[in-house]
Amino acid sequence: MAEVPILKQGDYLIAIIQSALTDADLKQLRDALAERVGRHRSRGVIIDLTALDILDSFATRVLRDTAHVVRLRGAETVVVGVQPEVAFTMVQLGLSLEGVTTALDLEEGLLYLNKKESGRWGP
Amino acid sequence: MDQEVRVPLQSDDDLLVARQVGRRISTELGFRPVDVTCVVTAISELARNILMYAGAGEIVLVPINDASGPGLMVIARDQGPGISDVQKALMDGFSTSGGLGLGLPGVRRLMDEFDIVSEVGHGTTVTVKKWVENKASR
Repeated sequence: MAEVPILKQGDYLIAIIQSALTDADLKQLRDALAERVGRHRSRGVIIDLTALDILDSFATRVLRDTAHVVRLRGAETVVVGVQPEVAFTMVQLGLSLEGVTTALDLEEGLLYLNKKESGRWGP
Repeated sequence: MDQEVRVPLQSDDDLLVARQVGRRISTELGFRPVDVTCVVTAISELARNILMYAGAGEIVLVPINDASGPGLMVIARDQGPGISDVQKALMDGFSTSGGLGLGLPGVRRLMDEFDIVSEVGHGTTVTVKKWVENKASR
């Protein structure tokens, strides 16, 4: 229905979700990221959910899976842009993104990855 | 506006329609943004249960107005296999995050009122309500 565009920005991939996604769209995003991390030898992935109005149990699970798959491929995922109402509702529902790094927005997400990268091979 | 809206559920795409209609109606009814999100998320969970376990069904959205004020009633109905142990399905742990379970305890927390009728072999109807302002629960 609405394929999520994935942008390559240096060592990172950035996926900005722009509209409500079907289950199939979400799984497509997961698979595409797993593949592109290898193709571009990316070190980090940012998934921006700013435009997403809800995160239900399925979407949360697929996001968590995505982060774990990307990690197994050697890159780090940062989920950014979870809106306050969405966060509140997830807590009520008992959902978490445990094991997944989150940041306030795209800017913070990039800062996090840059910091992480600068220490990657260093002392 | 005071009329009920029926969303048949047969596929993934219908789930998005149910969410969109739910957002429109709850916004029109005057729910706060955070409560709109609660209602839409509850609709999403209920619709997903129907698609996953019954294959098809419907979501009916009914604006209500009673002693507690204006609100929204959501009826999720299917003619699927039914739930043999409703009590167990309502326990946390038998729940969403692992991917098994039905996420019903979560839906119950998101809404003000929750009711479930299920008969094995005949289907399940979950009815939930939320009022625009519910001071008692805050």
